[in-house]
Amino acid sequence: MTAQQIIFILIALFTLGSAVMVVTTRNLVHAALWLVSTLFGVAAVYALLNANFIAVVQVVIYIGAIAILFIFAVMLTRKDMRDAGPQINKNWWAGVLVSLLVFGGLVYMLREWSGFTKTASELPPGFDSIGLLGEALVSPNAYVLPFEVASVLLLAALVGAVYVAFNPRAGNSDK
Amino acid sequence: MSFWNDPLKVAADWLEGVFTGWGMNADAAHVLVAFLGVFLLIAILMVIDIFLVWVERKVVARFQDRLGPNRVGPFGLIQPFADIIKLIIKEDTTPGNADKVVYNLAPILSMMSVLILWAVVPLAPVMLGTDLNVGALFLIAAGAIGTLSIIMAGWASNNKFALIGGFRQVAVMVSFEIPMLTVLMIPVIFAESMNMNAIIAAQSTWYFLISPLGALIFLVAAIAELGRAPFDLAEGESELVSGFNIEYSGMKFGMFYAGELLHAFTFGGFWAILFFGGYRFLGLEQVSPFLAILILIIKAMLGYWVIMWVKYTMMRIRIDQMLAFNWKFLTPLAFALLLVTALMNALLASAPAWLYTLGMILANIVTGWIAIEIARSATRSEREHIEGGKKPAEAHH
Repeated sequence: MTAQQIIFILIALFTLGSAVMVVTTRNLVHAALWLVSTLFGVAAVYALLNANFIAVVQVVIYIGAIAILFIFAVMLTRKDMRDAGPQINKNWWAGVLVSLLVFGGLVYMLREWSGFTKTASELPPGFDSIGLLGEALVSPNAYVLPFEVASVLLLAALVGAVYVAFNPRAGNSDK
Repeated sequence: MSFWNDPLKVAADWLEGVFTGWGMNADAAHVLVAFLGVFLLIAILMVIDIFLVWVERKVVARFQDRLGPNRVGPFGLIQPFADIIKLIIKEDTTPGNADKVVYNLAPILSMMSVLILWAVVPLAPVMLGTDLNVGALFLIAAGAIGTLSIIMAGWASNNKFALIGGFRQVAVMVSFEIPMLTVLMIPVIFAESMNMNAIIAAQSTWYFLISPLGALIFLVAAIAELGRAPFDLAEGESELVSGFNIEYSGMKFGMFYAGELLHAFTFGGFWAILFFGGYRFLGLEQVSPFLAILILIIKAMLGYWVIMWVKYTMMRIRIDQMLAFNWKFLTPLAFALLLVTALMNALLASAPAWLYTLGMILANIVTGWIAIEIARSATRSEREHIEGGKKPAEAHH
């Protein structure tokens, strides 16, 4: 096994272990913190794949924005952050079934794949992955339409959030 | 290639040779050498950090017309070691009902979020942790971990002042990340790369000269990110006793404190890298990598000094003032400046260097001037509005 494979296995175990802890811990803030470490593990996997931009964006957006807001919301909503109720409901068998089916499907698809023992080839020197990504996002031949649609969607969400939070009456009573 | 031209690579190759000579796998030797390199960098940073305590105390004393530490050793240089001994032998308290694991993890994460930044700092053209092609974004990503550590400390302490401090700090950091990220794009536009080393290599003229307003916004956002005055609401002593670190004692408090100092020094370094040419100074960086490191450290110290100057001169502002300042002034200004810079950069792409610099400076001055005029008229109408509502009789005086 190469050093890279060992590092990958350690990161994968760390990510999976954290993910299990997210759903099994009874303390909501702990669950959010375990979610942060899961997302961090995913970022590390991206970094191993030489996708530096995606890895850093994963940390900036998922940990820096989303997870922090999660923790914030959890802290603001409840006094006692321990959940006493049962951790599974009566649909547990459906969840197990779906996850087993997905896992079985993946195993079936990957059973003849020969890439398990391969190591990633080195990027050629001067390979500008981030430049190529940027061009692909604004090129009419590539992803400009999905990119713009996603931008408009986010803008709409932003305007919607401001509209929901803005109370015109409170604004008037100021005077 | 001799040791004096590329010390890191020569030392790493030599060490790898030694390890493989002992019969170690080449891959394992490579990982071990990389690990030792990280260890060495962190060790050096921690030693610098010890002296930063002395620098900070000496400089604040000067700003406050005092002498500062001057009893232990020459110029009080041994004082930080006395401080460390005190911190280590102090009782290590944990509040009752505190979340122990999170409580103990927070100071470590706080220190880590600072140390991790040095992975992308180019100390010299050939000496850098990793040549990451998204170095500018990495800065923001590491800041996210710092935010997390503070909210963890605030929550796990089981103390309402600590929690309020944590909340405030998150509000500051989440808000000021936006102008910082926007302004970070300005050196990226000039250098056409997010790689820190490429940004330095492209700075034949300092970006401070091309985009003074951008450098200023970066400094303001950096000070907010550091949680230093005038944005030190998270530890507002007059309201929150000590803020998010109220329950920490001994070395755990020391970690927050030392982390903050190193963070300020680090942001001084990033300010130097992004806007003041990093390790470049009159071609001296070509002479020796060690000279380049010295130049970078001097520039980082100057940046750190400016941050201290602001901290010890300005008073703390209220949280609503801070949020209004960020969302109504700094963020729109950063967006406008980014648009103007990108536009001017495209328009002046083929212009001679002097015209390019002049055009950029003028664009910056005009943008800043318009922003200040808008802010002034807004404040004036706001003031008239308040004074007119409260005491109509005195409005004419």
